[in-house]
Amino acid sequence: MRFDWSFWLAALHEIPEEFVRIVAALVALCVFIPVNALVLVYLERKVAGHVQRRPGPFEVGPHGILQTVADALKLVGKQLFRPYGADRVLFWLAAILAFAPVFVLFLPIPFGPVLTTLDVNLGLLLILAFAGVNVLSICLAGWSANNKWSLIGAARGVAQCVAYEIPLLLALLAVAFMKGSLNLSQIVQGQGNWPWQWNVVTQPIAFLVYFVCAVAETNRSPFDLPEAESELTAGFHTEYSGMGFGMFFLSEYANMIVVCAVAVSVFLGGWKGPLLPGLWWFLGKVYGLLLVIMWFRWTYPRVRFDQLLNLNWKWLMPLSIANLVLTAFVMKVV
Amino acid sequence: MTKVEALKQRLARIWSLIVGLKVTGTFFVSPQITVHYPRQTVRNMETFHGPVELVPRPDDPAKPRCIVCMQCVSACPSKCLSVVPKPQPRASAEGQEAHPKPAEAKGDKAAKKPAAKEPLKFMYDFTLCSLCGTCVETCPVGSLRFSHDAYLAGPDKAAFVYDLLARLAGQAAAGCGRAEDKGSARVDDRGAKGGV
Amino acid sequence: MGTLDPGFTEMLSGDFYTRRLASEAGESTLVLNMGPQHPSTHGVLRVIIELDGEYILRAEPVLGYLHRMHEKMAEDRTYIQYLPNMGRVDYLHAMAWNWAYVGAVERLAGIEVPERAEYIRVIVTELNRISSHLVWWGAYLLDLGAFTPILYAFEDREIILDLLQIPTGSRLTYSYFRPGGVAYDINEEFLAGLKTFIPYMRGRLPMYRDLVTDNIILKGRLEKVGVIPLEMCRRYGATGPVVRGSGKRYDVRIAEPYSVYGRFSFDIPTHSDGDCMGRYLVRMAEIEQSLAILEQAAESIPPGPHLVKGAPKVRWKPPAGEAYFAVEGARGKIGVHLVSDGTNTPYRCKLRAPGFSNMSLFAELSRGVLLADAVAILGSLDLVIPEMDR
Repeated sequence: MRFDWSFWLAALHEIPEEFVRIVAALVALCVFIPVNALVLVYLERKVAGHVQRRPGPFEVGPHGILQTVADALKLVGKQLFRPYGADRVLFWLAAILAFAPVFVLFLPIPFGPVLTTLDVNLGLLLILAFAGVNVLSICLAGWSANNKWSLIGAARGVAQCVAYEIPLLLALLAVAFMKGSLNLSQIVQGQGNWPWQWNVVTQPIAFLVYFVCAVAETNRSPFDLPEAESELTAGFHTEYSGMGFGMFFLSEYANMIVVCAVAVSVFLGGWKGPLLPGLWWFLGKVYGLLLVIMWFRWTYPRVRFDQLLNLNWKWLMPLSIANLVLTAFVMKVV
Repeated sequence: MTKVEALKQRLARIWSLIVGLKVTGTFFVSPQITVHYPRQTVRNMETFHGPVELVPRPDDPAKPRCIVCMQCVSACPSKCLSVVPKPQPRASAEGQEAHPKPAEAKGDKAAKKPAAKEPLKFMYDFTLCSLCGTCVETCPVGSLRFSHDAYLAGPDKAAFVYDLLARLAGQAAAGCGRAEDKGSARVDDRGAKGGV
Repeated sequence: MGTLDPGFTEMLSGDFYTRRLASEAGESTLVLNMGPQHPSTHGVLRVIIELDGEYILRAEPVLGYLHRMHEKMAEDRTYIQYLPNMGRVDYLHAMAWNWAYVGAVERLAGIEVPERAEYIRVIVTELNRISSHLVWWGAYLLDLGAFTPILYAFEDREIILDLLQIPTGSRLTYSYFRPGGVAYDINEEFLAGLKTFIPYMRGRLPMYRDLVTDNIILKGRLEKVGVIPLEMCRRYGATGPVVRGSGKRYDVRIAEPYSVYGRFSFDIPTHSDGDCMGRYLVRMAEIEQSLAILEQAAESIPPGPHLVKGAPKVRWKPPAGEAYFAVEGARGKIGVHLVSDGTNTPYRCKLRAPGFSNMSLFAELSRGVLLADAVAILGSLDLVIPEMDR
């Protein structure tokens, strides 16, 4: 057996294309996610500043664009501190679990006409399944920190995330019924270039329900009780400092991008749009939705916990079930 | 309440969310109101009561009007002032006990008193001061007033124990006295104050 | 590190208060400390809470973390030297505390106050009341999770602070009142600024209503939460917007009239529900009423001296005796009881802080309340811990 260049060339052809795609995508995601998180954190602080009529970050770099880089360096440089009595393994496992599924969540999302890593028939299900790992990480973080406030925050967080997954799923299911597929690329293909050809026109209730659930799933205001700053100090991530907190922070922003990307793909036409290449439309729409989520954060007070669950069980669930039944009825009869 | 009214109320409540978004959205595109220090500074420092400073004499801007009566020292609730008088040159024993000179004897009580005292040292501990103004109001000759300094920074506490005489000398040398220092009348920039 | 002696760790867990509470706590309850370092207890207030899930079974406030011995300091300072302390007891409504103290001194010694000084006192106290309510509003909404209204409130507050800097020279801890009047006179710049501020503030209140008061989420947080029956207010001596939010029209400016408030026409807003929303609406209405008083005072302020001739100086000795004077502060009835023994320092100065009485009903009120509601209730009581601990 000779190990020369022809051998390796032949060996390269044996590697499945799927594998190469995934590896390439993961490398690209390793750049995309942190850069986006950086941009999002900066954008959030600037949006907050301008809503509050003040400049926001300004000193680090021109108009403060290097602020997040400085913050990231600070977080990385801090001591990784485990409080006395915290569970040795679970404490760090929670932080890692917060960020681990994020890479998988990005794989089925169609960034452009050919920019889909995993064009699988169960793309939507993959995303929803792995998004559930977030719940586990919140639960572990609150429990293992040996802090009563973290425990309360975690209990709230788990109840909230588990409750809001159901209308989320049902809203997406209605669209899947209509389009006949859980494959995100196909759902995007089924929509047109212009806003009146998007799924939001035929499924407005599903879009509203999905959006509210998305904001609740990512623990964003007005549903940010698990990390309620003014009640529970910092909720389930009170005891984390440095990069432990950085992991939760990054995962929150990455999750935000994922839910907005799914919303855009399923309801707002994905990468479809006139003139510009698909990727720019996709990113533009995702950032538009992200700005709306940030707008919500700086406008509304927090919803109380039992009212939050009431909203889910009494309003969103019946609405989404009714929507699903109506969709099924219309599909079958009309 | 009828169903229609209940529905209307519910829609009005949901509409309040949109109204709230409109308010913050309007502010988002409005200009900022931050006075962006140090590129900009506020413009109403003239009325601000900053750390206390000495008022110069109209004839000699490097010297304060202080007569070392120590009333400010005892009036201060926080005991932040400490004043040390300049040692007086002692007149000869005969000069003091002898009858005062005829020219000055006619009802001029000043001859019996020693020459006006001057402060040798006037230290002001700003770390204790609460800017209450009791010293400013108590001084019988108007030798203390509020400065307008707000931008104070120092590396340690010692930087905030001010030597007011040195400060006055520095102000005189730089010529940065206030307009009213040139007048000869005792300045009453505190407004008409009864009972003084 | 080896294992610690179990008795040692038991001794370490909790302190005098929590151990006392925990001995009666059940297996399934959680004993927590809310504070003294907590983002929403408005200062260093500590509340020991026993929780069952999200419901509070018992709550016990622990005070004293900000005790600065103001009442003792009065015994070591002369009557004029003590004035700056009054600005620091409750720095948000410092003018009212100033007024209560100089009012007690004036009552003790029978000092007259010129009319212009009375009008100036009313103007600056009402301006200070508006700025105190703005801080309360912003901080309350911060507790509830809305991060922007505090910035809008502080934008308006900047104007008030700049305005009050003109006569007093300070922005927060005013030491402006003197027995017999005020320290410095107001000038045309101040009156012009005031006349511009009143319509501006009136124009801002609808925006506050749109953004916050009418918001469905806020209504859900505040309505029917923390209902304080009037009988509970009476038992604990709660005053101010707390008792007015429960339906009783009690205001010191009307009940024990002082100064020239009798010359102005203004309402005493009340609300009959006694919940957090009621107290919220009472305070918002009080801002409007303060603006009305300011308008009338600015129109009719007479000329004259701002300090009576022969006003007390630093080493002044009052006659022996005692006097009590009460004013309506932003939080309730502020009282100062001075006892003089004829020397130039008071024998005893008792400060009645409204926050102390308002807070004391929290222990009874919070039984069976949700934790998030407890935060809403604490905010609606408008507590300023420096005032409670003095």
